[in-house]
Amino acid sequence: MSIATSLQTSTTPLGRDDLARLVAKDIAPGSFVNLGIGQPTLVSNYLTEEQDITLHTENGMLGMGPAAEADQIDGDLINAGKIPVTELPGASYFHHADSFAIMRGGHLDICVLGAFQVSATGDLANWHTGAPGAIPAVGGAMDLATGAKDVFVMMTLLTREGASKIVDTCTYPLTGVGCVTRVYTDKAVFLTGPDGVTVRETFGCTLEELQELVPVPLTAAAA
Amino acid sequence: MLNFVESVQEAVAGIKDGSTVMIGGFGNAGQPFELIDALMDCGATGLTVVNNNAGQGDHGLALLIKEGRVRKMICSFPRQSDSWHFDAKYKAGEIELELVPQGNLAERIRAAGAGIGGFFTPTGYGTMLAERKETRIIDGRGQVFETPIHADVALIKALKADDKGNLVYRKTARNFGPIMAAAAQQTIVQVSEIVPTGGLDPENVVTPGIYVNTVVRVPAAGNAAGTTEKVA
Repeated sequence: MSIATSLQTSTTPLGRDDLARLVAKDIAPGSFVNLGIGQPTLVSNYLTEEQDITLHTENGMLGMGPAAEADQIDGDLINAGKIPVTELPGASYFHHADSFAIMRGGHLDICVLGAFQVSATGDLANWHTGAPGAIPAVGGAMDLATGAKDVFVMMTLLTREGASKIVDTCTYPLTGVGCVTRVYTDKAVFLTGPDGVTVRETFGCTLEELQELVPVPLTAAAA
Repeated sequence: MLNFVESVQEAVAGIKDGSTVMIGGFGNAGQPFELIDALMDCGATGLTVVNNNAGQGDHGLALLIKEGRVRKMICSFPRQSDSWHFDAKYKAGEIELELVPQGNLAERIRAAGAGIGGFFTPTGYGTMLAERKETRIIDGRGQVFETPIHADVALIKALKADDKGNLVYRKTARNFGPIMAAAAQQTIVQVSEIVPTGGLDPENVVTPGIYVNTVVRVPAAGNAAGTTEKVA
């Protein structure tokens, strides 16, 4: 069995929920975590009580609970996506400058974000397509990307047109430079950094097959 | 000078054309809808508005934009599924946009209230939002110089005020309230309840009354969950 083949941990590509389950499993117990809007939010469904993870929301709360339902819904208690949420015992509220000091000050262990593109050196593009006439909206994406100790990206590897979202150099406007440490996709988990891209595991393909899809050199990550 | 007034109309009466107005709230949470409605009715125009967003749906800030009262928005996230009034004005070239990463927006507001002349931050370094801004390498990281955002007026919402103007907020409706209260020349607050001096535990006061100029009581719309939000 070659090293490349041994990276394959699933016979099929991973669906969104399986990927969310994997990200959740990789979060160290006791971590403080911010989950971005969209696909990353799914991760919260798979965090276990034993992990004791504290979720941060940029609009001023630590200890965020699951989405609010029925009579729990309270217009004063929402998450960054403006969805009504709940508060867990031990939660705290703080104003916006403190909330972003928590990010920028390096106090968050992990943030999980979606992306349009990630470069070989961990540059992130996830806020703006740069299309003429598009209304730019950045929110807290740049602050999260620069502030968290680890920035995980969750995305499909390929665009609808089949182009790799892991690229040599981002063509979309950047969110942050060299900030992404790990990329979870349906076809593989990539580790990014100053030395390029390594592959931790593949799903439904071999490293060689993966390399055919991705235009940057891939090597197997040290076990 | 601290004033307690009877109506939101009275509270906003001094706002002049061309003012820079900070408006609290993140989405609808903490947005002082009644004060914004009163600002609309008072006719002030040519405003620069500082808010995280650029209005949702057909109420509050969105209406102020629709009616052409806002010359410029300073915000982090203008585009939303229901930001149609801003979208239309922007596409028509009828509103100026200064887009600021959310943490930089918060810290620039905080800096104004704290008398800070500016700060270097890694947020935005190497991106188009840092173009033409001064940069430095500090502690091995690229950082961007950002300046304070001052305002003539802040309109914010809190849960309770006491007779000294001390404020407490409710849950994530706190958001920009405390920093905007400090950054504006005139801070106008709508609260659900006014309590006598001594009615708030000093240990729990979030915004000290020194930052507050005008307080008006707007009874909460209220629902089973005790929200102070107006139903959208």
